[in-house]
Amino acid sequence: MITRRRFIAVGATGVLAGCDRLNNSQAFRGMLRSAEGLTMRAQRLVSPRDALAREYSEADLSPIFRSNGTSMPGTDAYAKHLAEDFANWRVVVDGLVARPLSIPIQTLRSMPHRVQITRHDCVEGWSAIGKWHGVPLSNVLDAARLSPRARYIVFHCADRFGDKPYYESIDLIDALHPQTILAVGLNDHLLPVPNGAPVRLRVERQLGYKHAKYIERIQAVESLAPVYGGKGGYWEDTTDYEWYAGI
Amino acid sequence: MNDVSVTDRPGAKAPAHRRIAYRHRLPTRIWHWINAITVIVMLMSGLMILNAHPRLYWGAYGANFDHAWLAFHGRPFPGWATIPSTYNLAAARRWHLAFAWVLVAGLVLFLAVSLWNRHVQRDLAPTADQLKPDHIWQDIRAHARLRFPTGEAALKYNILQKLSYVATIFLLIPLMILTGLTMSPAIDAAWPWLLDLFGGRQSARSIHFLTAAAILLFIIVHLVMVVLAGPINEITSMITGRFRVPPERARE
Repeated sequence: MITRRRFIAVGATGVLAGCDRLNNSQAFRGMLRSAEGLTMRAQRLVSPRDALAREYSEADLSPIFRSNGTSMPGTDAYAKHLAEDFANWRVVVDGLVARPLSIPIQTLRSMPHRVQITRHDCVEGWSAIGKWHGVPLSNVLDAARLSPRARYIVFHCADRFGDKPYYESIDLIDALHPQTILAVGLNDHLLPVPNGAPVRLRVERQLGYKHAKYIERIQAVESLAPVYGGKGGYWEDTTDYEWYAGI
Repeated sequence: MNDVSVTDRPGAKAPAHRRIAYRHRLPTRIWHWINAITVIVMLMSGLMILNAHPRLYWGAYGANFDHAWLAFHGRPFPGWATIPSTYNLAAARRWHLAFAWVLVAGLVLFLAVSLWNRHVQRDLAPTADQLKPDHIWQDIRAHARLRFPTGEAALKYNILQKLSYVATIFLLIPLMILTGLTMSPAIDAAWPWLLDLFGGRQSARSIHFLTAAAILLFIIVHLVMVVLAGPINEITSMITGRFRVPPERARE
């Protein structure tokens, strides 16, 4: 005879197994995935193109700004740059641009800066407030003369997860947003290594994993399909994080 | 309970205890069952998302070095309580953010239809008499003694039911949606008033969790009441709309 407790236990297990089976079904996952496009279109619909993320005051700064993901890129090349105090670090800007650039980090540090105290929201749920100093990405893209065919900006990073390089991408709405900067400083100091030294992206209307660290190359492309796994970012390719991370 | 109360089945001189009444209209029944699935999915995928960083804070920011008002170690929520059942933040977010649309659309449609057909005004809104402290106290005592309404009275929501349904529909579910949106950096840029309304993103995340706990409590009490009030009749009425009216109790 089936006891009530056993009935409930079996029932619950069945429901869970059902959910896991649905989770493994390509068709069902495709349906869930379609919500990402809906969310992006809805959020873009209610957001003015240049709506600014809230900027905070010095009094609101997190006492300690924690880092996440890579805290020290383990490659020999990065170790050499670190030993040289990044004196020979360059950021290449190429792809669909009329004038490809290779910008020395010193130049990036001396270009006109935007300073913004903003909140960093991790996909895991935590938030930290930091003061970022950086060059508006739109200035760099203007200097490189972006082709009208360019639709996405891809950020290639120096850190590796296993053998895979980290990378991220955003579309032009976020790339040309006034708060989207190539940050070279955090809280009035040069960017620390765990936070992406010597240069990282800030894209304030999206979650933390979009904010590529250790940037070596900025590539303008028409489509994300040919880039690495084709989904627009390391986490997108490997664990199915959303490419649009506005929520 | 009642969307409409219909009198005895036509043509049948049924004895009083067989009287069947039409109690839940179709929009109510559809929304009920869609929500039964959606809310459970939201709660379970939400617990998996909380597994990723099981610490809650007040204010704008909050991370590992900051003071948490609630902190668990490791991945506190077990597989039977989460979707999916093994740790997977990406998949849990896919479930959560897809079903969130079902929750929002369901609420908006239900409210539109139920204001239009006056379900809200007629059946959900407490009457002035019901709101008198005496009446509320009486109803609390009746619930405590498990004396459920019979006859005509069983076709109307009692005051505790009304208050809990109204609180869930007009307060808890909207709070879930709004605090959820406040966790979105894109929505915060578009609607910065949300941050002021809830006192910052991490406060909104804490309120999101507390409201979810309140909804879970509602579900538990709701299920207990269904079981106590006669699960077959109650569940049948939420599927077919038809409810077997419990005969009047003899006067004491």
